[in-house]
Amino acid sequence: MGEETSHILSVLVENEAGVLSQVSRLFSRRGFNIESLAVGTTDDVNVSRMTIVVKGTDRMAEQISKQLGKLQPVISVIRLPREDAVSRELMLVKVEAQTSQKRDDIIRIVNVFRANVIDMARNSMTIEVSASSAKSEAMLSLLKEHGIIELVRTGVVAVERGSSSIYDYRREREEFDLGKI
Amino acid sequence: MRIRAAKIVTQCLLEQGVDTVFGYPGSTVLDIYDEIYLCGRRLKHILTSHEQAAAHAADGYARISGKPGVCIATSGPGATNLVTGIAAAYMDSSPVVFITGNVAEDRIGKDSFQEVDITGIAMPITKSTYLVRSAEKLPHVMRQAFAVACGGRPGPVLIDILSSVTNKRVRGEYEPAEPVRIPAAPAAQTDVDTFAGMAAKASKPLILAGGGVIRSGAADDLVRLARKLSAPVCTTLMGLGIAEADDPINMGMAGMHGTYAARTLLNECDMLVAVGVRFSDRLAPDPEKFAPSARIVHIDIDRAEIEKNVRADHYIVADASLALRQLCEALPRKDCPEWMEHARRLRARTERKSPAARAIIEEIARQTDKDAIIATDVGQHQLWTCQYYPFSRPGQLVTSGGYGAMGFGLSAAVGAQIAAKDRRVIHITGDGSFRMNCGELATTAAYGLPVVTVILNNGVLGMVRQWQTLLYNGRYSQTNLDRGPDFSALARAYGVGAYKAEDLQEFKTAFSDALGCGKAAVIDCRIPEDDMVAPSFFGPDFTDITSEV
Repeated sequence: MGEETSHILSVLVENEAGVLSQVSRLFSRRGFNIESLAVGTTDDVNVSRMTIVVKGTDRMAEQISKQLGKLQPVISVIRLPREDAVSRELMLVKVEAQTSQKRDDIIRIVNVFRANVIDMARNSMTIEVSASSAKSEAMLSLLKEHGIIELVRTGVVAVERGSSSIYDYRREREEFDLGKI
Repeated sequence: MRIRAAKIVTQCLLEQGVDTVFGYPGSTVLDIYDEIYLCGRRLKHILTSHEQAAAHAADGYARISGKPGVCIATSGPGATNLVTGIAAAYMDSSPVVFITGNVAEDRIGKDSFQEVDITGIAMPITKSTYLVRSAEKLPHVMRQAFAVACGGRPGPVLIDILSSVTNKRVRGEYEPAEPVRIPAAPAAQTDVDTFAGMAAKASKPLILAGGGVIRSGAADDLVRLARKLSAPVCTTLMGLGIAEADDPINMGMAGMHGTYAARTLLNECDMLVAVGVRFSDRLAPDPEKFAPSARIVHIDIDRAEIEKNVRADHYIVADASLALRQLCEALPRKDCPEWMEHARRLRARTERKSPAARAIIEEIARQTDKDAIIATDVGQHQLWTCQYYPFSRPGQLVTSGGYGAMGFGLSAAVGAQIAAKDRRVIHITGDGSFRMNCGELATTAAYGLPVVTVILNNGVLGMVRQWQTLLYNGRYSQTNLDRGPDFSALARAYGVGAYKAEDLQEFKTAFSDALGCGKAAVIDCRIPEDDMVAPSFFGPDFTDITSEV
């Protein structure tokens, strides 16, 4: 209840047509806002994993996990506590770099943040950074001074720290299935 | 050996124990309809005047028969005409399998004639949707659809089958399988123990029972638990009939138009056992202030209902019938004589003046020995029926409680009458609602369904007008319905019994004649336009806004 914070949801789904729209529509029709959503297949090609970051109260995050659990193709849903999860986001930033002085400045920033330059042209540089959201934001604020031409980010992906995994939550799935099948 | 894939559809229906389907044919379901034709008497098809009515009828059939309803429609407009019916079934957790045709594979996505993305449209109002693009998947999808519709919290599913699938010839014979049903889930023992601990401490326990109790067939178990706990029972609109109306333990309906007793007890109880309810805004307008002095135990089959709207101090995710039986066994008998006496006094409180509809509804109950199935539309007549009809059995009321779909009543009555051939089905409606789907009189006439429709005709859109009286200073924007038709002339045109009643005396005679006429009938009853549904708890403090009128 109470305060609004960011919550990370990890969702295993069956890899079938329409799953993404089912999940995203669930958020919109229940009035929940997605901050980011990243999806890709897992080691099992029939199963995809989504990482969804959503802003809201604790109770809201709980409710959205339960609602997600009711969707047919959803296998399991867990809420990753920020402190117990490692998260990364990939970001590509194209910045203005007309002079060698500017290019040097940008490379210095890139090195400090352990990012990579993946493209360089006469007037621009493209930088790749894979980091936690906080680190991305910090680097972005420095790059802004040089002028950002365009920016693209994948959204956060996250896993639990330690050896436990989303597959340990099958019990959860059995409970959800009461309302499902 | 090759069979047409459409045959898989009908064979699966038969395998699932379906003997009646509702629907309306069209070009993309021609093969399915051909197979229905070939099924002959094994599969009865009820043809309605409109797909929406077929959807409501399948819903009404499911509610009364306890079996999944089945409704078939063609692509495009046929499919979208189902939407209100699907949503109504979804909101009231009624198991209905909707089957639509869609255009052939090579025409999908080309904005072809009568093409629509119905699985996309129906996604938020079904438990699941299936788009079938290959005949091989058809048996699996059909079987899964039935299991999903009936399992857990029941609800509608939609199977959209391309016409290029249904007309395809596939190898082999159809091999029937046993229908799969998901077993009902019992409560965990630790949850039962926690409940017992809470119940031991409570001195003012109250039970709030909703539609989930009826769906689970748990009404008797619920009343048994109530007696054991010494807890009065109030119900939601969807829960009417769980306890007999004249049982002293029954405090009546809770919520916006509920009883004074239910409202008071909800405010005073120290333990609230809510079973199969979802705390909608009509029940709990301010979720934070609901049952403010109570520790709330929420029992529901759908985990997502827990703490969706109202907090729960303890919850049990389980089938209501199993959970209630477990609780009955585990709990010692409890006695709260003062609390029960207090409840009894509240219950005895007489109401202020009644609307004219009350006497009509009570007369319906008298002439049908309180035993008829009552279908309603939506509006004042619906709430008056809920308030004044002495429901004595669970499932006796068939109404669009959650979705509030006007036009539901007559269609649902058709489905109910087909499910319960030997029972009386009375359809109570208003003039506004009735006009929406009155074309279904043709269906009652064609199939010889003796549904008696009682129109509480006030010449206005009563419920909306009531809000305009109370909150909009009597500015009656578009709520005057003084435009006919002459309902008894309309009834005659459809070939059903036609009656008019200007007062109660005329109604008594007309109703008795209608019951005896051996076919469907319509009674047009004139009632005053200013009668209100009272109480109407509304506003910041949820006071009865009708009390000053």
